[in-house]
Amino acid sequence: MTKQPILRLDSIVKRFGTFTALHGVSLDIREGEFLTIVGPSGSGKSTLIRLLVGMDDLTEGGIWLRGKRIDDTPANERPTCMVFQSLALFPHRSVGQNIEFPLKIRGVSEPERKKRALELLDLLHLPRDYYGKRINQCSGGERQRVALARALAFDPEILFFDEPLSALDYRLRKTLEKELKDLHERTGKTFVYITHSLEEAMVMSDRIAIMRQGRFEQIAVADDIYARPVSRFVAEFMGEVNLFDFEGTASGGLHGKGVEVHVNGEVAEMGFALEKGEKCTLMVRPEFVRFLAPGETSDFIVRGILRNDYALGSRIQYEVETSDGTLINVEKLREGRFDGEHGEAVVLGWDVEHAHIIRED
Amino acid sequence: MESANRKLGMLSAIPMVVVLTLSFVAPLVVVAVFSVMPQKTFSLLNMPDFSAYAQIVQEGYWKSLAWSLGMAFAATAILLVLCWPLAYAMAKVFRRFTLIITILVVMSLFVSENIRLFGWVLTLMKGGLIEGHLRSWTGVGFDGLLYNVPIIVMGLVYVYFPFMLFPLAQGISMVPDDARQAAADLGASRWQIFREIDLPLAAPGIVVGSLLSFVLAAGALAESKLLGGQAVIVIADEIETAFTYGQDWPLGSALSMVLILIIGGLAIFGISRVDLDEIMGKKRR
Repeated sequence: MTKQPILRLDSIVKRFGTFTALHGVSLDIREGEFLTIVGPSGSGKSTLIRLLVGMDDLTEGGIWLRGKRIDDTPANERPTCMVFQSLALFPHRSVGQNIEFPLKIRGVSEPERKKRALELLDLLHLPRDYYGKRINQCSGGERQRVALARALAFDPEILFFDEPLSALDYRLRKTLEKELKDLHERTGKTFVYITHSLEEAMVMSDRIAIMRQGRFEQIAVADDIYARPVSRFVAEFMGEVNLFDFEGTASGGLHGKGVEVHVNGEVAEMGFALEKGEKCTLMVRPEFVRFLAPGETSDFIVRGILRNDYALGSRIQYEVETSDGTLINVEKLREGRFDGEHGEAVVLGWDVEHAHIIRED
Repeated sequence: MESANRKLGMLSAIPMVVVLTLSFVAPLVVVAVFSVMPQKTFSLLNMPDFSAYAQIVQEGYWKSLAWSLGMAFAATAILLVLCWPLAYAMAKVFRRFTLIITILVVMSLFVSENIRLFGWVLTLMKGGLIEGHLRSWTGVGFDGLLYNVPIIVMGLVYVYFPFMLFPLAQGISMVPDDARQAAADLGASRWQIFREIDLPLAAPGIVVGSLLSFVLAAGALAESKLLGGQAVIVIADEIETAFTYGQDWPLGSALSMVLILIIGGLAIFGISRVDLDEIMGKKRR
């Protein structure tokens, strides 16, 4: 992509007294993309978004919006806005007045405000007679839509979201995730979303930035983050995963404790070439591990005892314990389920194209 | 079960209802009835003639009423402006320091109002703290600062300060921070946030504080007597005189009734405009 970034974060540092919340984070946000910043609580993502919308001052670094530095611009003069975690709807104003608020602030005439508010109600699939409703008469999902409509009425260059779905129940959250993605496509606006839920990020985002202890760990499209995480942290954060400690051998091959390796020549081509003694982590997702029938072979093989199985809806998860006590997760679709007794000896295998090497400094 | 509980509740409320009726409603009724009796009578068994009300209009008692209401209004307005910044700071900025301010303000109530007002008299009078010092240092004296309307209003502001401050702080603390932040994020300036968010959401506190200050100030007596001398006669003074020195109970009752109706009407109007449950601690839904 050669387009100029709509927002550039340049080595942003934020300190609270002696505590450093952000250690020089840099990121280019592209025009029109849906970028999600994911991280566990305390990773600095909320601090970051507060800096981006102007509710807090940064300690070092800079923020550029379309090439113009904005980090000294107060929140009310920035052309961006945010959907709050609490939604922050105005309880003393009706749905319509909430949506019209940014227009009223700008001095837009009353008939025009109302026209725009009704359009936004339509856009968010809310009935037009909600215009006069009180906020406390709206359900959680409806409030969410009102908050979105209010933010869109502002017509921001970038729309930020601070975990707005976290307080909702699972089903409603799923619905709204899809609606948000759909809304992003229809409006063509740049969305920057913050969440601790990777699932949410995967469903909606064009790109995901994983945050950890005030730094970006990896910024990539969802598929890349899932299949090719740069660190154990990202691998584990992105759902169930099997990780093995590996080491390069003298002959240019791989050695991992308890894992039989049946590939040697190919490993260099697969990007697996390790120096002798170089340590790394080999990752394989549970859905790529197979139960091997007697005589069947694969690139990597592990032997163990079937300990347990769990039904996860459309999939079944199996837990296999190796001789050194490592637990390996295997997931199969329901129709491809493995029929084995608990305590039975099993052979697991996976192929080199499903394995991923994580090198950490 | 539900209805049995209700009956039990009603039953246990009876003693309090009786006490309130006897101690609160009955005197009001007596005053109301006396106010329509002929002048200078001491019995409720006369033909009502409303002459006391006519007297209020004809003999200029309405001027006292106007002074009282006007000064109460001025004091309330000054209190609102004066208390807002401090109340805001107590609710949103000071955190633990708020407790110290609260204690300091409450402590001023430990000393009786009259004694505190005499303190002001000693400070402001000719030869008092201010004028006396000035004269001994510069040799130029003046008449003292007492005995005028502004000083009465100052006295009202001083005495009723806590009655505005605390409800106001409570009201401001009910303004959610995120609503203010969201308003700023949506482009509102400080002034617009104040007008669109702070004022309407703190309204219960504003109304309660203003009503308390206004009602107390409108019925106040000591400030005008001690600080104001004979500069103006307030309505409370007229009522007291009518009942005691004047021995005209119907006139005192009629004056009281007018004051009660005006203040009662204001209070009911004010309270009907806001949700009092909020300030009483019931959560906003």
